Amino acid sequence: MRVCTKLAMLFILSLPAWSGVGAAELTAPELIRLVRQDCGACHGMTLKGGLGKPLTREALAGQSPEALAVIILHGKQGTAMPPWKSLLSEAQAHWIAERLLAGFPEEPQP
Amino acid sequence: MRRVWLALCFALLTACAQTPPAEVRGTCDLGLIVERASGRVVVVDTTAKRALGAVEGLGDLSHASVVFGRDGRYAYVFGRDGGLTKVDLLTQRIVKRVIQAGNSIGGAISQDGRLVVAQNYEPGGIKVFDAETLELLSEVPAGAKVVGLADLPGQKFAYALFEKGEIWLTDLTDPRHPHTQKFPAGQQPYDGLVTPDGRYYLAGLFGEDGVALLDTWRPELGVRKILENYGKGEEKLPVFKMPHLRGWAVAGEHVYLPAIGRHEVLVVDRRDWREVARIPVKSQPVFVMARPDGRQVWVNFAHPDNGWVQVIDTLSGKVVETLQPGKAILHMEFTPRGGEVWLSARDDHRVIVLDTQRYARLAELPAKSPSGIFFTSRAARTGF
Repeated sequence: MRVCTKLAMLFILSLPAWSGVGAAELTAPELIRLVRQDCGACHGMTLKGGLGKPLTREALAGQSPEALAVIILHGKQGTAMPPWKSLLSEAQAHWIAERLLAGFPEEPQP
Repeated sequence: MRRVWLALCFALLTACAQTPPAEVRGTCDLGLIVERASGRVVVVDTTAKRALGAVEGLGDLSHASVVFGRDGRYAYVFGRDGGLTKVDLLTQRIVKRVIQAGNSIGGAISQDGRLVVAQNYEPGGIKVFDAETLELLSEVPAGAKVVGLADLPGQKFAYALFEKGEIWLTDLTDPRHPHTQKFPAGQQPYDGLVTPDGRYYLAGLFGEDGVALLDTWRPELGVRKILENYGKGEEKLPVFKMPHLRGWAVAGEHVYLPAIGRHEVLVVDRRDWREVARIPVKSQPVFVMARPDGRQVWVNFAHPDNGWVQVIDTLSGKVVETLQPGKAILHMEFTPRGGEVWLSARDDHRVIVLDTQRYARLAELPAKSPSGIFFTSRAARTGF
């Protein structure tokens, strides 16, 4: 089952980037690292919040993945949340949004 | 006979317990590297350029920062999870640890070294601790996220409030009864710094183009804006990481500041606070740090350009070197007199030591996801 999920993840992520010129083909572990480390710069590595809001499953409860993906891609006016559309594709933003709502995966230890 | 044995055993045990450290040494060339993901700090010797040991169990160290007691022996580590840990660099042990808030971002130490102050996001405000015991002495609730906490001469502290757009000045002469003055500053201050003489407090603004400036010798004059409208209405580029400000911005007569949403370093004359130059750089600057002698300014950048580092020559005002020292260069720290710079390459899991004259690689130290590097020379500097 886990293997299937992982395969599905890889399949989703290798879809062509239909938005975001230059959105790189990041693998799932690379995306997890990006969220934990780089989104984590503001939201905290544990995603419990910092200058940015908490992004834990509890904090995001009730939000739709579509709405979250829009915020990831286009940023949020009047806040420090930047648009990530130059770095992430729509598929990648959706993938991140769905994982956030389900409780974001931990990074594998190096 | 049995008694003699017992006495001997006892003597041996006490001797073991009291064994002095293997080596008597100073602390002026020591420092800490924060391993952000493993809750660990590594104690380093900057002369030998090697790790002396590590201290574990410090909690969530993403965005951790460190200040040093005036003897350069004890480090106070502020963790993101609100943990405040006092670490002995010589024995490489935790002396004391408290969880003081839900979400913290850093701290500062008073001029006399007796007070450690934490700046918190959740609940927003500052908390004052006895540096010896970490006993809570008082707090100043702010109702907003506190950024840019800096110690000032005379047991004072300056800081800014992100949501409220204010600069607060708290006098802790009587640490159990803080006295606070409040000043309107501008939209969304993201960090602050005090000049090395402890006089001027600057808060960088995220919500508008400009920097708020308070002369703490004459606070009655209030805050004035400098670098106003440096973006001239142009649309900001996305800021993927907030820049960090400290007294290292000052080099000679000039102050070097990261522009927000622009790939530029802004240069201000510290005598009249007017903009004198803009230096185009590779990407959105995060740390803009003068080498202690002020001849060079080193700049690192936000994601996705955080593999690059540029060096500005302050005499010509130009970028003279562009380096790619490693993956995700998160932080830089100069040795006390500036001969070497230590860089943390988070995604290479190593710290790199470069010669600042010839940019030669002098050493590499393994570290798991290293972020902040803090040397004990900070103990002697106001605003660090």
